[in-house]
Amino acid sequence: MTKVSMTVNGKAVSGEVEGRTLLSTFLREGLGLTGTHVGCDTSQCGACVVHVDGKAVKSCTTFAADVAGASVKTIEGMNNPDGSLSVVQQAFQDHHGLQCGFCTPGMVMSSAALLAENPKPTEAEIRHYLEGNICRCTGYHNIVKAVLAASGQDAAALAAE
Amino acid sequence: MHNFDFVKPSSIAEAVKALSTEGAQALSGGQTLTPTLKQRLAAPTVLVSLTGIAEMQGVCLGSDGLSIGAATTHATVAKEAAAHYPALAALAGGIGDPAVRNRGTIGGSIANNDPAACYPAGVLGSGATVVTNRRKIAADDYFQGMFTTALEEGEIVTGVTFPVPQKAAYVKFNQPASRFALTAVFVAKFADGVRVAVTGASNNGVFRWSAAETALSGNFSAAAVEGLTVSSDGLIGDLHGTPAYRANLIKVLTKRAVAAAH
Repeated sequence: MTKVSMTVNGKAVSGEVEGRTLLSTFLREGLGLTGTHVGCDTSQCGACVVHVDGKAVKSCTTFAADVAGASVKTIEGMNNPDGSLSVVQQAFQDHHGLQCGFCTPGMVMSSAALLAENPKPTEAEIRHYLEGNICRCTGYHNIVKAVLAASGQDAAALAAE
Repeated sequence: MHNFDFVKPSSIAEAVKALSTEGAQALSGGQTLTPTLKQRLAAPTVLVSLTGIAEMQGVCLGSDGLSIGAATTHATVAKEAAAHYPALAALAGGIGDPAVRNRGTIGGSIANNDPAACYPAGVLGSGATVVTNRRKIAADDYFQGMFTTALEEGEIVTGVTFPVPQKAAYVKFNQPASRFALTAVFVAKFADGVRVAVTGASNNGVFRWSAAETALSGNFSAAAVEGLTVSSDGLIGDLHGTPAYRANLIKVLTKRAVAAAH
């Protein structure tokens, strides 16, 4: 076991990890931040996406020890400082961008990363960027609407399917 | 996953030393190795992360071409190589998905040499030079078959130097579940000839389609490839496509790559 320290959602944290401890395991079991979900555990589904130094990564395919010293943001750190939902989270709620909700943490983290890179993405760009986030309820349409709305674009213009 | 010690050296020299430990294995972005470890298909005693080595990071245009540090992520190459070598930047930007591109690296990809990976086609198709901690290896000598390279025990890829062609394009027929290439072709036109590299198609890994290279060197147009046929001998057959299907894709994608080259 070795000690790793990092910043998670703005707070300095540390814990004992094994070499094989995944970032997702460290967040969920070490820090109790169970908002980061582990779906497939094979880096396909994207439910475990968190931001490491501002970049979206799959925490089930990243070792905790490899990101020692980094700044990590999880779904628990996405709300505004006053506790209200962030623009992306609010848009997911407003447009019902979820059904069972299991994929939602990863969807929100990936969507936020997209908007940081590309503040006004087209529908095609949104669908392309979310390629690594799988929703088994097949609720993509409302997720795309939510991201369009979060970017200040007219979500109503998205054709019904 | 079996347990292992995790070390993260900050220089190539320290990494090489750590890798001399019995049972040590290098880890780059981990987007292939981590799932492999989870399946217990590999069980190193020490994992040596190469992601903390500053001298293995970055994209730099020099007199001998475009040099990319082995630990540079696909996302960084997609962004920083775009102005210098757009076809290569586009290849990097089409690997996996955004989260995979933020971790996966060029060095990791070519050290693994997956027969359906994108980078081997870019490296071989460009006639790039693979730089290691010991030597420089021409791409033609580096790739030696499925998951096999010229790398020796304790040798790590530290960078890749690409000559920049006049025109190039990479066209990938996506396997949509894995986002690897079902088949993909990299075409590069240099002053002294054309190179065509194919990935995703052969049981022997990435290879050059020499008949197309000859035809395209004389006439760089999709029509030049029209009369050629590709043998399906030795091509991959799986539930996604038969060897004959892939043979046809090689020709179709080569034509598309020639048409798209810029």
